Amino acid sequence: MKTYDAAVIGGGPAGLTAALYLVRAGVRTVLVEKLSPGGQMLMTEDIENYPGHPTAIKGYELVDKFVEHLAPYELDRLGDEVREMTPVDDGYRIQVGDEAIQARTVILCTGARYKRVGTPGEELYTGRGVSYCALCDGNFYKGKTVAVIGGGNSALEESLYLARIVDKLYLIHRREDFRGAKCYQDKCFVHPKMNILRSTVVDEIQGDPFKGVTGLKLTNVKSGEKSDLPVDGVFVFVGFEPVASFVPATLERDKAGFVITDCEMRTNLPGFFAAGDVRSKNCRQVATAVGDGATAATAAYAYLEHMHA
Amino acid sequence: MATQVTDGNFDEEVMKSALPVLVDFWAPWCGPCRAMGPIIDDLATEFEGQVKICKMNVDENSASPSRFGIRAIPTLILFKNGEVVDQTTGAVSKSSIKDMIAKKAL
Repeated sequence: MKTYDAAVIGGGPAGLTAALYLVRAGVRTVLVEKLSPGGQMLMTEDIENYPGHPTAIKGYELVDKFVEHLAPYELDRLGDEVREMTPVDDGYRIQVGDEAIQARTVILCTGARYKRVGTPGEELYTGRGVSYCALCDGNFYKGKTVAVIGGGNSALEESLYLARIVDKLYLIHRREDFRGAKCYQDKCFVHPKMNILRSTVVDEIQGDPFKGVTGLKLTNVKSGEKSDLPVDGVFVFVGFEPVASFVPATLERDKAGFVITDCEMRTNLPGFFAAGDVRSKNCRQVATAVGDGATAATAAYAYLEHMHA
Repeated sequence: MATQVTDGNFDEEVMKSALPVLVDFWAPWCGPCRAMGPIIDDLATEFEGQVKICKMNVDENSASPSRFGIRAIPTLILFKNGEVVDQTTGAVSKSSIKDMIAKKAL
């Protein structure tokens, strides 16, 4: 079994930064990423708020730069998913696909993923009209009618992207007021292709086995009025959930399952750190993930030094 | 490397294949598809002689995706003797694709 001083789990901006700081400090490190590196950056068309890129940068271009930055350093990589993580005497035993490794410290950077809305029909029609990625699937709806469910930044931002492609877009939000940034709200509310349905919940996503999604059953929660809305597809952006099903059961997490850390990214478990979107926090951005990654790597380095002393 | 298939040779390469075939429907604009690219190529090497691993660019080929009702990518469809035996949408890990192949194709 291979052993390491540090295992970085997840190759988004937090994990890539943590790995960079660790290898530059000469720590024997493995980076575990089940897909190719980049995380949610790969699902973002333009990243407009990462400092140093005043005219915005494509998500995949920023990923390429992060990856290139790591290239000169010695770093082991494992390209499969973590199935289990167990605390052992001298660190953690990690099952990655069919291979087991052991590491003195772990930096968990597994991020978050889009939450399901939990409506009947959602799972059945995922990939056949229900989507969680506007950038991936928007082009299937050229000239068609779609609905977007959600009221936060993602819902508004993705609606603006989709409105460039589709013929008509219904933005459905269960509350009266939107949480998303005002600059996005202003653009959405006056958009000629967008219809805003406030205080409205989706009771069911309807479809047929051959055509996929055909429409939605809606209820206005204020008036109680029910209606049917024919759509060709529905995009769901109702928040995020952490990717952390395989962490040790003793790891402290908040109500939503995000990992609790202190300001040095230390968790309640010795030598176990968390960085990026998987942490319990408010601001989830590339810029904050990068900061978390650097902080966690520095704290892990200090922990390893202390162990050796 | 995975075999690139098109609408033109889909029947030949996939439907009439003696080996089971895994087709990755992808497009260059799709981040999760890009994320899966290297895994699909790895699988092509690992399953050589057992399962044919193919990629179809849905940007350049629209008939086959619509034939199988694909409206989200990446979608992986596993074919055996010209029939769909399993399919999954969204970026998934190498182990879960290997599990799917072991259960449904081998």
